[in-house]
Amino acid sequence: MPDSRPTTAPVLAAHALAFSRDDVPVFGPLDFAVDANEALLVQGGNGAGKTTLLRVLAGLLRADAGSVLIHGQPAQHDLRAQHIAYLGHLPGLKADLSALQNLHYLCGLHGQRPRQTPETAMTIVGLAGYQDAPVRTLSAGQKKRLGLARQWLSPAPLWLLDEPYANLDLDGITLVNKMVQAHLHAGGAALITTHGAYAAPPVRTRLLALGKAAA
Amino acid sequence: MMLHAARALMRRDLQLLWARRGDALQPALFALLTVVLFALSLGGDAKQLAPVAAAVLWLAVLLAGLLALDNLFRSDAEDGSLEQWMLAPVPLWWLILVRTGMHWLTTALPVILAVPLLGELLHLPHAQLPALLASLLLGTPILSLLGAVVAALTVGMRRAGILVALLALPLYVPVLVFGAGAVAAHAQGLDASGALLLLGAGLMLALVFAPMTAAAALRIAHA
Repeated sequence: MPDSRPTTAPVLAAHALAFSRDDVPVFGPLDFAVDANEALLVQGGNGAGKTTLLRVLAGLLRADAGSVLIHGQPAQHDLRAQHIAYLGHLPGLKADLSALQNLHYLCGLHGQRPRQTPETAMTIVGLAGYQDAPVRTLSAGQKKRLGLARQWLSPAPLWLLDEPYANLDLDGITLVNKMVQAHLHAGGAALITTHGAYAAPPVRTRLLALGKAAA
Repeated sequence: MMLHAARALMRRDLQLLWARRGDALQPALFALLTVVLFALSLGGDAKQLAPVAAAVLWLAVLLAGLLALDNLFRSDAEDGSLEQWMLAPVPLWWLILVRTGMHWLTTALPVILAVPLLGELLHLPHAQLPALLASLLLGTPILSLLGAVVAALTVGMRRAGILVALLALPLYVPVLVFGAGAVAAHAQGLDASGALLLLGAGLMLALVFAPMTAAAALRIAHA
């Protein structure tokens, strides 16, 4: 780490973080940190362990070695729940409910960013007019946008976005970049996985390249 | 925060129930079918039906609950809802308790409400009805809570229907023995309160331990 690093603890830091599945290493040991107003791009090909890394950071998987610190404190469940909003490949939307019902439910579960409502979030992600459409009838890209709306509504400052650009059209990619920019501008931080084919958001970024771990 | 999350989850489950209202009737219809077929197979003879009516009703309710068990967490696991539960700022066991409670309210309670009617089909002696309803109201929540643990353990498997039944049935046996036993004791003029109190104690134990066990099982099965 360079000496120019701020003296306050980074939003998220990982030390010697490693994970293996059935004794085959998936990634690590990794050392990295993300500060406020900063995005960390996690790059790597298919199977490089990007999703697994995000799931470990979110607390859905237990790391084999190393530690995760949030604001300098060991990441426990409560701390993670307050600070992390995770958007994975499965957005957790119920197909039989309408878009708006889904957002209201997820806001009730996770809490809500001040001065934002599900209605405004749907407008932001370009889904105005689809409030009452059952999620079953939405396209993959529209579901992705709805997931982004949920992410936008979460009060957590640290975003973990797993392939946020997948399934999105050019407008959608611009939208993700704008949302990340706005979120970081408001003091947030983000970890974004991508296999590298898309434009990165125009913000201060660090890069973490994951290669295939040597077995 | 915990109440807020519980309210959101309860509202979602009611909305889902309304969106799939055809499926919601399935357990009650299954119980009705069992009872009607049983009555028909015995020729509708009141003398033969009356002594076994309570036991048959208990069995019908239990099997109807088993039918609905596999879906307790499965759809939530498949669409990623479960991940959001694990990341939520409320304990996982709390969400499981709320979900299981809603599941009981929407699958077991309708069947219990139908029991007086089903009892008529089986010529259930009217004097046994209060004891039967009391034992069902105490016993079926235990079945739901035990079932939640089993459903959590098997949520990672694609088709777990048979396994759920195999794992759940031995756990269900004591509940059935005391539940149906309470009614049988009452029918013989004995005091049913002993068995009912035991069911109540079992319910308290299950309320405390089952959600935490199911939470641990979900974390293992869904990793």
